Amino acid sequence: MKMLINVPETVVADALRGLAACHPELTVDVDNRVIVRRDAPVEGKVGLVSGGGSGHEPLHGGFVGPGMLDAACPGEVFTSPVPDQMVRAAAAVDSGQGVLFIVKNYTGDVLNFDMAAELAEDEGVQIAKVLVNDDVAVTDSLYTAGRRGTGATLFVEKLAGAAADEGAPLERVESVARRVNELSRSFGVALSACSTPAKGGPTFELPAGELELGVGIHGEPGRERRAMMTSREIADYAVEVVVEDLRPDSPVLLLVNGMGATPQLELYGFAAEVHRALGERRVTVARTLVGNYVTSLDMAGASITLCQVDEDLLRLWDAPVRTAGLRWGA
Amino acid sequence: MSSSEPAVDDVLDTPFFLRWLTAAAAAVSREAARLTDLDSAIGDADHGTNMQRGFAAVAEALEKEPPGSPGATLILAGRQLISKVGGASGPLYGTLLRRAGKALGDAEQITPQQLADALRAGVDAVAQLGGAAPGDKTMLDALLPAVEALGGDAGSFAAASEAAEKGALATVPMLARKGRASYLGERSVGHQDPGATSSALIIGALTEAAR
Repeated sequence: MKMLINVPETVVADALRGLAACHPELTVDVDNRVIVRRDAPVEGKVGLVSGGGSGHEPLHGGFVGPGMLDAACPGEVFTSPVPDQMVRAAAAVDSGQGVLFIVKNYTGDVLNFDMAAELAEDEGVQIAKVLVNDDVAVTDSLYTAGRRGTGATLFVEKLAGAAADEGAPLERVESVARRVNELSRSFGVALSACSTPAKGGPTFELPAGELELGVGIHGEPGRERRAMMTSREIADYAVEVVVEDLRPDSPVLLLVNGMGATPQLELYGFAAEVHRALGERRVTVARTLVGNYVTSLDMAGASITLCQVDEDLLRLWDAPVRTAGLRWGA
Repeated sequence: MSSSEPAVDDVLDTPFFLRWLTAAAAAVSREAARLTDLDSAIGDADHGTNMQRGFAAVAEALEKEPPGSPGATLILAGRQLISKVGGASGPLYGTLLRRAGKALGDAEQITPQQLADALRAGVDAVAQLGGAAPGDKTMLDALLPAVEALGGDAGSFAAASEAAEKGALATVPMLARKGRASYLGERSVGHQDPGATSSALIIGALTEAAR
């Protein structure tokens, strides 16, 4: 398979060099794989650090900047970062107000962030951790590693980032993050498999006429495979399972997220169907974001994430943000 | 070290541990493509690459600054794995070696039974960290039978290696309950666990170190 790369071994480092070249407002340590906002640590502000395997861009490096993350730690493609990265990031962003780790619920991420938290605390940085686990496709949480962290990560990083920007202390930033995760649910579908640079081809088989309902952002299988459906049918299915699980009783933020290879044209058509399906279930959408934000390399497909919000959370959503991947009001 | 299988009262010194980890690095490198293939069936197709990177760092660190005791050798190797592998494998294998190294203390020579006990402590730490139980289709399914076969009067590296191999093969019909493979549910059945497979390679390298 053709890829726009030099060699598979350097894809992450090459992307980091690109981020450094294009975004002078970021300090990018290519060797140690840490992306930090240049003005860190910001005096009096709680630091936000996230990270995870590469291949989900703009998550997380594209969300570093005022109003969102202070630092991001990219691992190898689909491989969690190592503790050294998060320890380094925490030290770089801590202004003395403590640091929040935002961790997607995958075994590797959890283990590495846990180890990093211990090490950073040994170095005198106060650490709080929030686990993101919003993927309703995982029904059997007892016999699996639990619900996966997907689209809600964007909401957690944005809203907790805004709270930190307002000067909220660590406990409040942590509680906003935890609340946003609890109020968020996601569901994704894959129309094609994704291909990792290391493998040079698709990491799983998805026959031409089928789609995977409930796919994870690394191509993990979901609830079932079916014969290809229309955008309308997919929206009905996805909205049904998400609303069923969340049962929102106030307006929601909606993320219509592309998996990487689905054009914006298709995403907006899908967004129309999602709005219709939500309307039929009397769910009010307060804000919508459409685009490729929590991706899975070159996978075709989409996910939806709903986050139930009150006035407070909506204000945090509308607050200014200035990052490579998300910016408004600033 | 003699060319025959070591008896239980043989002593293992620091050079033995260096040979073991070097042999493990070579085995992981040799089998990297196979590990990645197994991982692509039920995981995310990177186990071979990650383990190869980690063990290459282990071999390099040991060559640059050879530690003075078996315990220090394992601790250094464990730290390298934690710092270089990422994923779940990094912390889990790193913990296995670090904990085993701590259990050995700073003795310069140890018996195979002491190694068996130390590895048992390491495996227990892995079980605790990862929260997995035997039969969950994880590295534990190769490691637990291996440390059983390593200890006791009848224990030997060959027996441990064989037990680890058998344990890895036995993961084929298992249903994954931990890690990324768990999301496959029934679809994880029929595939050999990549973590159990790499565990068998590392245990198997003990026989090479003894030769």
